[in-house]
Amino acid sequence: MLTFIIYKAIICVAVFALSLAVAAYSTLWERKLSALLQDRVGPDRAGPFGLLQPLADGGKMFFKEEIIPNVSNKFLFILGPSLFMLTALMTGSVIPWCKDVYVAGKLYSVQITDINIGVLFLFGVVSIGVYGIMIGGWASNNKYALLGAIRASSQMISYEIAMGIAVIALIITSGGTLSLREIVEQQDAGVANVVWQPLGFIIFFVCALAETNRAPFDLPECEAELVGGYHTEYSSMKLGLFLFAEYINMFISSAVMAAFYFGGYNFPFAQELYDAMGLADGSKWIAIIGFGAYFTKIAIFISVFMWIRWTLPRFRYDQLMNLGWRYLLPLSLLNLGITVAVEFFRGHLHF
Amino acid sequence: MKLTNRSKVVSNKEQTGMEKLYLPGILKGMLITGSHLFKRRATVKYPEETRPMAGVYRGWHVLKRDENGAERCTACGLCAVACPAEAITMESAERKKGEENLYREEKYAKTYEINMLRCIFCGLCEEACPKEAIFLTDRLVDTEYEREDFVYGKSKLVEKVDKRIDVTKRQTLEVAAFKKLPGLKHNEVWSGKNLNKGNKH
Repeated sequence: MLTFIIYKAIICVAVFALSLAVAAYSTLWERKLSALLQDRVGPDRAGPFGLLQPLADGGKMFFKEEIIPNVSNKFLFILGPSLFMLTALMTGSVIPWCKDVYVAGKLYSVQITDINIGVLFLFGVVSIGVYGIMIGGWASNNKYALLGAIRASSQMISYEIAMGIAVIALIITSGGTLSLREIVEQQDAGVANVVWQPLGFIIFFVCALAETNRAPFDLPECEAELVGGYHTEYSSMKLGLFLFAEYINMFISSAVMAAFYFGGYNFPFAQELYDAMGLADGSKWIAIIGFGAYFTKIAIFISVFMWIRWTLPRFRYDQLMNLGWRYLLPLSLLNLGITVAVEFFRGHLHF
Repeated sequence: MKLTNRSKVVSNKEQTGMEKLYLPGILKGMLITGSHLFKRRATVKYPEETRPMAGVYRGWHVLKRDENGAERCTACGLCAVACPAEAITMESAERKKGEENLYREEKYAKTYEINMLRCIFCGLCEEACPKEAIFLTDRLVDTEYEREDFVYGKSKLVEKVDKRIDVTKRQTLEVAAFKKLPGLKHNEVWSGKNLNKGNKH
């Protein structure tokens, strides 16, 4: 029992630290990549290649004056960013990071928890995430913050539907399992799910952009219209939490996309490589290589997120709603219909 | 009328089916931004790298000393009169006995101040100076935190005896010849009467 608790605690702390570290360095990479895309150099003063920049930014955030507006609801004002951060970190708990590892003769899975409704859990937690923005924006008692919060919630609700339906199609092709580990394991021998679900992947990707409030769907914090959107009244580390949680969300949604559609820690000819290296199942090297492959995929997704942000202008709000309801929703329904029909005629589906 | 071929005529026509898909357009845009990853950076990393500067750059002024180390400025005030931004002020004083090694002539500037925030670095003070005392140099004015710190006194303007500042690029023979033109009273050269005389050279 004690070993179990220690093992879980280690994994929890590791995932927590990983999420924070990746989020911190995403901020640096975002600035660096935006600079590269604009013929600039980007931050390069703090440490070699600017590698200490996130620390400097974080330190700056901590020392900023903490302002809680008099007219705000103080409890909810503090609850908003906390909740947003909490839900962002919670989503990392169902993601399988690599294959099981033998440690001292016992097999351990590198995942906080492999619940059999992992996908549902993920969607549930992501839906709660919008409460953080909503509560924070409302508690600020500021019209811009409120407008940003309203935009965020309606945008998330609109895009969650198309996203959910795209995922249902994915679950049907992977045999009805809702466990992330099983979805990833099924792509082990065969090909990645994106081959069977290309349309589903595109829909999921676009919705993930909208869910994480990234450009071109960053209307909730659209500074041209809404000052700062839902975090207008926030300062110091509470603003930091909002911004930071956005990067964690980006990291987790990249991880989920890589797991759902690109095979997670699997990669082509993985088994052949392991055989050639003479590695047995449960070896720590398999875990490390698998984690490296998974992380590469995540890094690519994060970079594409940023690449899109520094390429596209923001959508207008009616365009956003048009795209969500009139294009993505019918497309995802079409995708679901085709998937169901194909699976039914292949005899994989029983009613 | 079109001045360049780069302008595009705007039309409000309906999007075609292909354009409504957005994805090809987005990919095209991403390729454009992506191609910039491999382009030359425009950044100059300033303290380590500097951009080439013209030899006759007009920056931080210097008050010159003569070959014996005595200040050339006699506080005649022509520079202050010539200054279009009214950035220069000075107080004159009479040289005492025993100060011959410090000041070149009987009168000298007790204080001499240039407000670097007012100065527009036009170089008219230099042109007005009959004593070859003030020059603009290619040194950049420092950044400061307080407004008052931009009012440069003699401590920042007069060159150090052991650290002379080279102004040969601005103090050319042509400039000297220009200053010696007959009928060219400094600071009157810009009034309409003498303008033609000045330009003859």
